Amino acid sequence: MCTTRSGECSEMIRANFELVFPGFVLQAALEVPASGVTAIFGPSGCGKSTLLRCFAGLERAASGHLQINGDTWQDDSRDIFLPTHRRLLGFVFQEPSLFSHLNVRRNLEFGYNRTPSGQRKITWERIVELLDVGPLLHRMPDRLSGGEKQRVAIARAVLAAPKLLLMDEPLAALDAERKREILPFLHQLQKELSIPVLYVSHQVEEVTQLADHLVLLRAGRVVASGPLAPMLARLDLPIAQDEDAGVAIETRVTARDERHHLVRLDFAGGEVYVARESLILGQAVRLRIQARDVSLALSEHHDSSILNRFPATVVEVAPASNPANAIVRLDAGGTALLARVTQRSLEQLQIGVGSKVWAQVKAVALMQ
Amino acid sequence: MVITSDDWSAIRLTLALAGVVTALLLVLGTPIAWWLAHSKSRWRGPISALITLPLVLPPTVLGFYLLIAMGSNGPLGHLTQALGLGVLPFHFSGLVVASVLYSMPFVVQPIRNSFEAAGKRPLEVAACLHAQPLDAFFRVGLPLARPGLLIGGILGFAHTLGEFGVVLMIGGNIPGETRVLSMQIYNHVEALEYSQAHWLAGGLLLSSFLVLMAIYVYDPKRRMF
Repeated sequence: MCTTRSGECSEMIRANFELVFPGFVLQAALEVPASGVTAIFGPSGCGKSTLLRCFAGLERAASGHLQINGDTWQDDSRDIFLPTHRRLLGFVFQEPSLFSHLNVRRNLEFGYNRTPSGQRKITWERIVELLDVGPLLHRMPDRLSGGEKQRVAIARAVLAAPKLLLMDEPLAALDAERKREILPFLHQLQKELSIPVLYVSHQVEEVTQLADHLVLLRAGRVVASGPLAPMLARLDLPIAQDEDAGVAIETRVTARDERHHLVRLDFAGGEVYVARESLILGQAVRLRIQARDVSLALSEHHDSSILNRFPATVVEVAPASNPANAIVRLDAGGTALLARVTQRSLEQLQIGVGSKVWAQVKAVALMQ
Repeated sequence: MVITSDDWSAIRLTLALAGVVTALLLVLGTPIAWWLAHSKSRWRGPISALITLPLVLPPTVLGFYLLIAMGSNGPLGHLTQALGLGVLPFHFSGLVVASVLYSMPFVVQPIRNSFEAAGKRPLEVAACLHAQPLDAFFRVGLPLARPGLLIGGILGFAHTLGEFGVVLMIGGNIPGETRVLSMQIYNHVEALEYSQAHWLAGGLLLSSFLVLMAIYVYDPKRRMF
């Protein structure tokens, strides 16, 4: 979508940062769509947070270039460096970082009042409702739970009408339950706001939940970047070696099995049944199938309790980080699946590239 | 009541001195504390040491150098004379200058501690919420440092109340101009007027104790240095 006369893509976020710290070099170039959620994924210490701080101008790359939707925020070749307060961005830190001397309402107003009203695309009332912070408005930050604080921090960032929302592991400081409490808010927010989000995370599950686009970072460099689903299915990337490796599959609800309290989800290459009756017909649902939950068989096991079985072809086999295991990439009618199985099983069943197998899926997680 | 009009004059003078010095120190000390808390400059160490010097330096030494510097042949003296202010020693204004330097660490250090405790994050958040640096300083940095400002102000005031050595060196003992409370106590003792000395010394002791107690009640975990 290159729309400007100069041929520059305006619907893109383009960045190139070079930054040297003692013992660490960030040298990251990336180009991602200026829409949806882009996850920046990598192990701790790989420079994810530093990269995000460069986007915000909180860290000044020695040599950098940053363009958001055609607006240049930094270009050292032309001596352009927009200070943080003049960048239309929102930043959500890992710790909520609310102003402890202001109550929730004042915290929210801080950015809101400093934003030209022409920039606002969504009302105060709607954001307060979306993140359900209305009941908290008169409380002081030290009277909030961790999850509430982070909801306020997110609302505060969004109320400043950002053109780019930067989130640095916003859920990492929360326990699993609080995380589940916040994720739906993030989904809803993303649906309504259509602000591009850069989301730093080191958890595959979180990334699979939220991201449309994935950037893999290792030791300060971008290893790979692309749409989520194909990236998750690549065996040559470190993410396939993650304990929680797995694929994301876009599906749609096509039938309800009232008698067994199941719903049927169709995707290119098959169908799965899940026990989630709250889903409505026609609804789009993202599924996550982890490599550890997929086992392989040479024939279809009608005598198995495993509900979801797909015929598939082995496309690629790679060693796993644990030498006893292998990661197998399957093609199930056009949809990629990953399976983590033992090397011994592969040998005994004589499974290799090109083998026709049945993938048995023990668990399917709904991402929403 | 044995407190004489001379005593009252010394008390008034001392309170005026402490008030002016505290106000000046809060205005001057806050940006210095800010700079010390946030700067990465290599001058941070030397400047810190310089500001803390009065804590360890005998007041007579500081007073001696100030006397020379502010005297008619000193660099400060030249400046004040060029500005038509005359020379400062043996005037109230000389006491103010000396006391500002002498009490500086008592004000700067608590404020600096507060800025450092709050850290850079709140300011980064403010910048991300479109606040310009000065806006962020007044709306976020300063309010978060309120405990330090309060304690710095109280310590600066209390410390200036009890100043003796520096005053003696540069101010002398001029009634109504430089004769502060501690000087008046000294005069009473010299004249063997112990009961009057008791009244003034006891008053100073009690007020100092009350001030410190107020700080610790306000913030029990407080470490001043």
